[in-house]
Amino acid sequence: MKQIVILSGKGGTGKTSVTAAFAHLAATNGEPCGMSVDGSTRTVLVDADVDASNLELVLSPQVLETHAFQGGQVAVIEPALCEECGVCAELCRFDAISAQGGIYTVDPIACEGCALCFFQCPAGAIQMEEQQAGEWFHSQSRYGPLFHAALWPAQENSGKLVTLVKQQGRLLAMDEAFDLVLVDGPPGIGCPVISAVSGADLALIVAEPTAAGIHDMERVLATTAHFHVAAVVCINKTDLYPEGVAEIKAYCARKGLPVIGELPFDTVVTEAMVQGQPVTAYRPNSPISQALCAAWGRLLAAVEDGEAL
Amino acid sequence: MKITVASGKGGTGKTTVATSLALSLAVEPADGARPLFLDCDVEAPNAHLFLDPSLEQRQEVGLLVPRVDEAKCTYCGRCAEVCQWHAVAVVGEKVLVFPQLCHGCGSCTLACPEEAISEIPNPIGVIEAGPARDGITFARGVLNIGEPMAVPIIRQLKKWLPTQPDQTVILDASPGTTCPVVESMRDADLVLLVTEPTPFGLHDLRLAAQVAQELDIPVGVVINRDGVGDSGVDDYCREAGLPILMRIPLDQHIAEGIARGTPLIDIRPAYVRRFQDLYAGILERVGVARNGGSTV
Repeated sequence: MKQIVILSGKGGTGKTSVTAAFAHLAATNGEPCGMSVDGSTRTVLVDADVDASNLELVLSPQVLETHAFQGGQVAVIEPALCEECGVCAELCRFDAISAQGGIYTVDPIACEGCALCFFQCPAGAIQMEEQQAGEWFHSQSRYGPLFHAALWPAQENSGKLVTLVKQQGRLLAMDEAFDLVLVDGPPGIGCPVISAVSGADLALIVAEPTAAGIHDMERVLATTAHFHVAAVVCINKTDLYPEGVAEIKAYCARKGLPVIGELPFDTVVTEAMVQGQPVTAYRPNSPISQALCAAWGRLLAAVEDGEAL
Repeated sequence: MKITVASGKGGTGKTTVATSLALSLAVEPADGARPLFLDCDVEAPNAHLFLDPSLEQRQEVGLLVPRVDEAKCTYCGRCAEVCQWHAVAVVGEKVLVFPQLCHGCGSCTLACPEEAISEIPNPIGVIEAGPARDGITFARGVLNIGEPMAVPIIRQLKKWLPTQPDQTVILDASPGTTCPVVESMRDADLVLLVTEPTPFGLHDLRLAAQVAQELDIPVGVVINRDGVGDSGVDDYCREAGLPILMRIPLDQHIAEGIARGTPLIDIRPAYVRRFQDLYAGILERVGVARNGGSTV
């Protein structure tokens, strides 16, 4: 079993649209696009963009199981026990405790959950309370099992939730001998991305040929290299800025990174999204679907041969 | 006046809107002082590409992590007990510290009965600042590769530079709806949510609007690439009572210019006026009298 994570650095380069198309192609061997990949690729899908999870919008999943996600804990001050000494507010490094008219309260959004105040309160007036921060789901999508989550807005610990949904996806994949775990990652390079990258055999970077897209592609590639995960690149919206495409290719050539796909800009991608479908299912013969099909074949070859490893 | 530009979904045009808003206010500063721009997307900062700052000031951001004085340590394990992130472990007669798990709360330092723990800064990124185009003061944070925690950098960036009371501060947030976005929104007078009229845009707009609501900050919406997709975003804004303060149509010429790193107001100069109108809409929304400055 192999694990591929799809990343970008910059948001909105097309990670989810590409993941959805690959999910469709994996389930159909690329047949609707007139191509056949040798043998089937039984795939478990994981949406690791837990605070803006969009994969479900184009895969129409049927939720089989819903679980609560305990994000962490927050401090709560019991007013009857509080002696208003102010030690907690003074020691808190996250400015989460304040007093109004002598009454000390904790701002649950600012609270980091470090429990320093719990241990330091001389009156024993502070308790740490577990907080539900979201939910995660095991679903059956049109194209196979999907593990996804909804982190509630303004919650912390997205990295922990990413690790959790990935783990669940891997467990099912191992139990039922799936070939691939395909992980739709979050934007950026911080905590949830690090959680999404860990354990991957290959990272696919969806890069946009724009000044910002190239800048962020370089940062996410530095991140995958830092964690010793091999990477390949797929360029999206190629006709937007041809000089940018050339720049990405030159960069990849210098770093020895294979470019496995070049996808043209096409409003049919948005139309497919509005219809709640991957573009390869919505318009299998469109140039972008053909390009996605070719990229899918090369991606499978790369992860199988360890070409990029 | 502090305005945080956020979105939920990535790639909707946050930086495009934030930079052109700053540039439009710098042309004709509405309130005397030229704007301060803070790029709070420390994982993928891009605003410098459009504002051309010369980054003259630089400061390392470190998180205070524990250092154990083995001469004083009795290996009692209290530090490991109080740490909520397992960043300290005591194994036999050895104390292991994992800086990347540490949140810098200082709990272990205070809990150590032998006073054997001191704290040293572990570098996780930098903040940089300098003058940018048209008299804008620019600052940004940059997270080091491989470091997980963006929030301490944003926190430090926000309190780094002095602001004048009448200065407009524009904060460009990262995508998403978790801690880095919360930190970028906190204390803002208004959150400007940039979205696109697609199912993905709508889904994430709802979540981002909820974050602003939890923080009790008024919201204004900018619809970018107006004309693609469907009417979902419009319908939602109407139902939720979120004012749409600006619409930017889908325009190949704009998209190509942005790709090159050209600010929107240079691609289409008529937008200077439109962004100034957007600012007027923001002031109105915040309930601040334009010349009086008093909160209604």
